[in-house]
Amino acid sequence: MGDVVIRGQGLVLHDASFRYRDTIVVDGVSGCFAPGSLTAIVGPNGAGKTTLLKGLLGLIGPCRGSVVRSADGPATAYLAQSREGVDGFPVDVADFVAMGLWPRIGSLAAVTRPLAARVGQAIAAVGLQGREHHWVGELSGGQFQRVRFARLIVQDAPLILLDEPFAAIDRQTTVDLMRVVTGWHAQGRTVIAVLHDLELVRAHFPQTLVLAGRVLAWGATDRSLAVLEPVP
Amino acid sequence: MLAEFWAPFVDYGFMRRALAGCVSLSVGAAPLGCILLLRRMSLVGDALSHAILPGVALGYLLFGLSVPAMTVGGLLAGLLVAALAGTVTRLTALREDASFAAFYLISLALGVLLISLRGSSADLLHVLFGSVLALDDASLLLGASIATISVLALAVVYRPLVVECFDPGFAARMGQQGVIAQGVFMLLLVLNLVGAFHAMGTLMAVAFVVLPAAAARFWARSLGAQMGLAIGLGLAGSLAGLLASFHLDIAASAAIALSLAVLYVLSLSMGPEGSLLAQRGKLVLLPRTPGSGGRA
Repeated sequence: MGDVVIRGQGLVLHDASFRYRDTIVVDGVSGCFAPGSLTAIVGPNGAGKTTLLKGLLGLIGPCRGSVVRSADGPATAYLAQSREGVDGFPVDVADFVAMGLWPRIGSLAAVTRPLAARVGQAIAAVGLQGREHHWVGELSGGQFQRVRFARLIVQDAPLILLDEPFAAIDRQTTVDLMRVVTGWHAQGRTVIAVLHDLELVRAHFPQTLVLAGRVLAWGATDRSLAVLEPVP
Repeated sequence: MLAEFWAPFVDYGFMRRALAGCVSLSVGAAPLGCILLLRRMSLVGDALSHAILPGVALGYLLFGLSVPAMTVGGLLAGLLVAALAGTVTRLTALREDASFAAFYLISLALGVLLISLRGSSADLLHVLFGSVLALDDASLLLGASIATISVLALAVVYRPLVVECFDPGFAARMGQQGVIAQGVFMLLLVLNLVGAFHAMGTLMAVAFVVLPAAAARFWARSLGAQMGLAIGLGLAGSLAGLLASFHLDIAASAAIALSLAVLYVLSLSMGPEGSLLAQRGKLVLLPRTPGSGGRA
């Protein structure tokens, strides 16, 4: 990666509110994720971060206001928070990563040699070369997260949403996967990540949205994070 | 001595027919069982096999022992219960297994009631336990057609079905194929159970779905290998069961189900993947080689 230039997809929200069950948990968000921007979403548990991501993804519609995409592009890539039940399921690393080809090959087309090569490159990019035929259910938490990132790479989407990608992940894995994220940013993709580690946000994310049911701050990271600091 | 293995099939047409019926059952039903097992839905298969009973009974009540009538009835009843159970799961707090269990009890009771309204207990026995040694042309053709459709349809929906099994969230984000694949899978399951009931009866129709797949799981990790093995184990169990039934003069469908069960118990105790033997080996080996086998 690196030399590819992708037209990132932007997202514009107009006074968008989202419900979780019957309660409005994200209220009146207005603003814009510019094409090619790299934004962190931070906030306490229950602030509505995951709900907002699902709203951006289109999995849930806004109960008020609107979410507008800058272009009708290929599907958005999304890293869900939970470890979706792969335990004991007989799927190996290469097959799991190849799932990312779905938007291109659907359920019937073959994984051609160039596509298989892309799968191989993605596995190498997350540092798992040589483990293509290990069972996914037997990987450690960090390795599994690497595999999921490889699937995101293969999805090759202009907009990538990550829900707590580094929760319960060791430092080395975080460093390696953060390199993948900055690589996406350099390619021009739009990346939005829910994170708790403010050090990491300060070091790598130019934009930050602070959420607590509503937007407390949204803009350059330094200024946004200032609202979280106790007033002296 | 060896002749005892093939002579019954050479000498008797009904044995050849039984074997042909069992071949189509193994090929059609066993691979579906592997998917069912992965989805932890074996009991749903069991429930569905009983659910076809009232439809079969209704067909029997209206048209007597006619293969087409009982097949169509069973198919409709099975699909109805699958759809109802799915709807109840979606709309209420009840989980899938519980709603299937409830519907299957209703169906079983209703079916037995319907048959007892008119039939003799011999007919009831036929419907409940099957008559693999008395398969007519219609039943054989039905079985072969169902096996053909199953294998082809399974190949078409294989990819979305497997993804839907272990990462339903991802499948949902990719579109409707996962849901469609699941529907096709349930349809195939009902088809195979209806095909199986002529030979094995509604009580044991699910034997070819569950037992070979459960046994294969102890020999291979990959799904493809499990499916192939399950078909092979189904064939082996059928052959053993039919021969046992012929030489020992015991009920054929029960002998087949028991042979499949013997293969299952053998696999469970000595297969290389997670069987009793394999687990015991692990427990002994672990303290001897500390550090090995740990996670990287």
